[in-house]
Amino acid sequence: MDRATVEQVWEWLDAVPDPEIPVISVVDLGIVRDVTWEGDTLKVAVTPTYSGCPATSVIAMDIETALRDHGIDKIKLETRISPAWTTDWLSDKGRAKLKDYGIAPPQPAGGPDRCPHCGSTAVEKVSQFGSTPCKAHWRCTDCREPFDYFKCI
Amino acid sequence: MTRDETFLQFLLRMGDNTLILGHRVSEWCGHAPVLEEDIALANTALDLIGQTQMWLGLAGEVQGEGKSADDLAFLRDAWDFRNVLLVEVPNGDFGRTLMRQFLFDAWHSIMLGRLLKSSDDRVAAIAEKASKEVAYHLERSSDTVVGLGDGTEESHRRMQEALDYLWPYVGEMFASDEVDAEMAAAGVAPDPASLREEYDSLVQRVLTEATLTIPDSRFAHKGGRDGRMHTEHLGHLLTQMQWLQRAYPGATW
Repeated sequence: MDRATVEQVWEWLDAVPDPEIPVISVVDLGIVRDVTWEGDTLKVAVTPTYSGCPATSVIAMDIETALRDHGIDKIKLETRISPAWTTDWLSDKGRAKLKDYGIAPPQPAGGPDRCPHCGSTAVEKVSQFGSTPCKAHWRCTDCREPFDYFKCI
Repeated sequence: MTRDETFLQFLLRMGDNTLILGHRVSEWCGHAPVLEEDIALANTALDLIGQTQMWLGLAGEVQGEGKSADDLAFLRDAWDFRNVLLVEVPNGDFGRTLMRQFLFDAWHSIMLGRLLKSSDDRVAAIAEKASKEVAYHLERSSDTVVGLGDGTEESHRRMQEALDYLWPYVGEMFASDEVDAEMAAAGVAPDPASLREEYDSLVQRVLTEATLTIPDSRFAHKGGRDGRMHTEHLGHLLTQMQWLQRAYPGATW
C-alpha cells in the first residue's frame, strides 16, 4: 500500500475531536504541530495546551487510534513543549465552532467581547477558572446565562 | 559535586516545589468555601503537577538511572526532597492557603521569567510553558489577597495572621548556596538572591493594596531546599501522597 500523504494525514487528524470540547478537532485546537514521515514511520508532534491537562493522554490515544484505523501501523508521537501552545493557534473554523457551541473564543483583550448566546456586550467574570484548564467562567448580565470563555494565553 | 549532580539538585528543587505545593493545594478539592474557588484551586494544583512532570522528568533523565518523574515523586523519602519549607506547611484556613500561594507565585513568576533565558534549552522550554500558567496563578492569588485583606474585619485579621505566620518562610526562596553559584556561573539559572529586590517590590505593592503589614523581621526558616531539615509536616504529607506505592510497591494499572 502506498503511504498516505502528509496532507491526507492532516485531514484525518482534523476529524479527531478534542475529548473535552468535541465540537472542535485537535487540529482546530492547534496542538498538532508537525506531521512527517521518517522512513515507514509516521511522526506526529503534539503540544499540550496546559502542562497538567488531563486530556493530553486521551488525545494522544485518540490520535493513535485514528491513524491505525486509517491503516498506519508505525506511529511515533512526540510531545513538544516549545514553542509553548498559544490560543493564537486556534483555527478560524475552530473559533466559529466554539462560539456556536456556547463557548466565547479567546480575545487579545483578555476577556470575551460578547455573550456567545445573545451577543450582548454586558458580560462579567465569575471566576478565572472554569470546567477545564483552558477555560474561565463568565456570565451575561442581559440574558443572565453563564458561559465558558476560552482563556487567551 | 559534578556538573550533572548540581544540575540534578537544581531540577529537584524546581520540581519538588511544584509537586509539594500542587499536592497541598489539591487537598482542598471538594472542601473549598464556594464551587468557583474549589475549581480554581484544583486547576492551580493541576498546572503545578503538570509542571512537576516536566521538571522531574528532566531530573530523571539527567540522573541517568532510568527513573521516571513518577519514580522520583513516589519512591523517595522526606530527606531526599528539595522543596522550600513554605510549600509544605499545612493549608490552614482558606486565607492562609491563598497567602501562601501568593507568596510562592510572586517568586515563581520572577524565577521562571529569568529561566526563559537559561543556557540550557530544556530548562528554557519548561520555563516558557510554565510561565504562562504561573502568570495566571499570580493574577488570581494577588486579586484574592487584596479582596480578603481589604475585606471584612474578620477576613483582614485572618490574612494578617496568615502573613505573620508565613513571612518567616519567605527568605529561604532567596538563600543561595554552592548549587546556585554553579548554576548561575553556567548561565542555567539565576542566583536566587538576585530575585529579592523585584520580589519585595511586587509583594509590597500587592500587600499595601490589601491593607496588610509585612512583618519587620527578616528571620528565615531554612533547610528544605538543601534537604538538611524539613518540617515535620512533609513526612505526614508523603504518607498520603505516597500511600499506594508504600502499601503496594511497584503497583501499576
